[in-house]
Amino acid sequence: MNLQQIIDQLELTVLTEKKDFSSIEPTSGYTSDLLSCVMAGAAHGSIWITLQAHNNIVAVAALLETCAVIITEGSMPDASTISRANKEGIVLLSTPQQSFPIVGKLWEMGLRA
Amino acid sequence: MIRIRADLHVHTVLSPCAEVEMIPPLIVREALDLGINLIAITDHNSSANIESVQKAAKGTTLSIIPGMELQTREEVHVLCLFDTLEQIKTWQKIVEASMPDILNDIEHFGEQFVVDETGDFIRREERLLITSSDLTLTEAYNKVTELGGWLVPAHVNRKMNGLLSILGFVPMDIPIDVLEISRHLQPAEAYKKFPQIKNYPLLQDGDVHILGDFAGTNEFILNNISIQELRMAVHQQEGRSHRILN
Repeated sequence: MNLQQIIDQLELTVLTEKKDFSSIEPTSGYTSDLLSCVMAGAAHGSIWITLQAHNNIVAVAALLETCAVIITEGSMPDASTISRANKEGIVLLSTPQQSFPIVGKLWEMGLRA
Repeated sequence: MIRIRADLHVHTVLSPCAEVEMIPPLIVREALDLGINLIAITDHNSSANIESVQKAAKGTTLSIIPGMELQTREEVHVLCLFDTLEQIKTWQKIVEASMPDILNDIEHFGEQFVVDETGDFIRREERLLITSSDLTLTEAYNKVTELGGWLVPAHVNRKMNGLLSILGFVPMDIPIDVLEISRHLQPAEAYKKFPQIKNYPLLQDGDVHILGDFAGTNEFILNNISIQELRMAVHQQEGRSHRILN
């Protein structure tokens, strides 16, 4: 499963620059809103689901070479966070849905921890 | 220059998690008994009891800084410290407008009392104070600074509502210049446990919820008591200094 399929099926809004999402494949999924836990627990190349929209998510995502960050509950990163993500090549996606259904749908699509 | 011992993180009965003994005359007496000359009153998202504590401390050697412990949208706790009541009243209005309309559930969270300088009941704060404001950490930093205040991330070592647990490291988009650690943690241990804070000076406070919580381990050498002087002291500037006593 690639990132384009995930974006389509979950009806996610792409906040950062468009790129060839069909060539990106997440290795696994991870969810937490505590950045200290994310840094310690998320696998490289995973897709990270969080409602945390603070600027620091970009650095954490870059550190872990996260495939994409899905920001839930309509939580919006500010313009400087988005531009920093573009600079770092981090994909930020947004959804009004809560984390639980998003994780559930990803699991149904076959993504695992 | 004067030598000051300070605890910059003290709750009153306005904070639902503080004990009923946290009334102005007892706070003042306990601080004085411990040789503390300066405290900041920092209730959760509110400033309504500060003036009463200032009145209770009148004529003593204890000074009271107006403060607040804000819970940002990210759920990070930060101390917002000011020089004057006018400043904190302006800040209070901004915070009030950013709080959700949730009523306090006394059974679950505890009482939120506004009291006079003797500790007598004035009113109950009906809105729940321990919840997140809609202000982001960045917005709070910018606004507090603009008003002439000092924003200090509180108990950064704590898992619950501590900056390092929630945001991983000190954000670079705002020039935070000091961090607070809990009284249970020595500065050397804090730097060892959290190498990402090695360039930040530390304050240590009691996060006082009961009278027995006072730390009073901040020792300042200052010209006079003001936010600017405290800031200069933690950065060891122009003869001002700060250290954490054992």
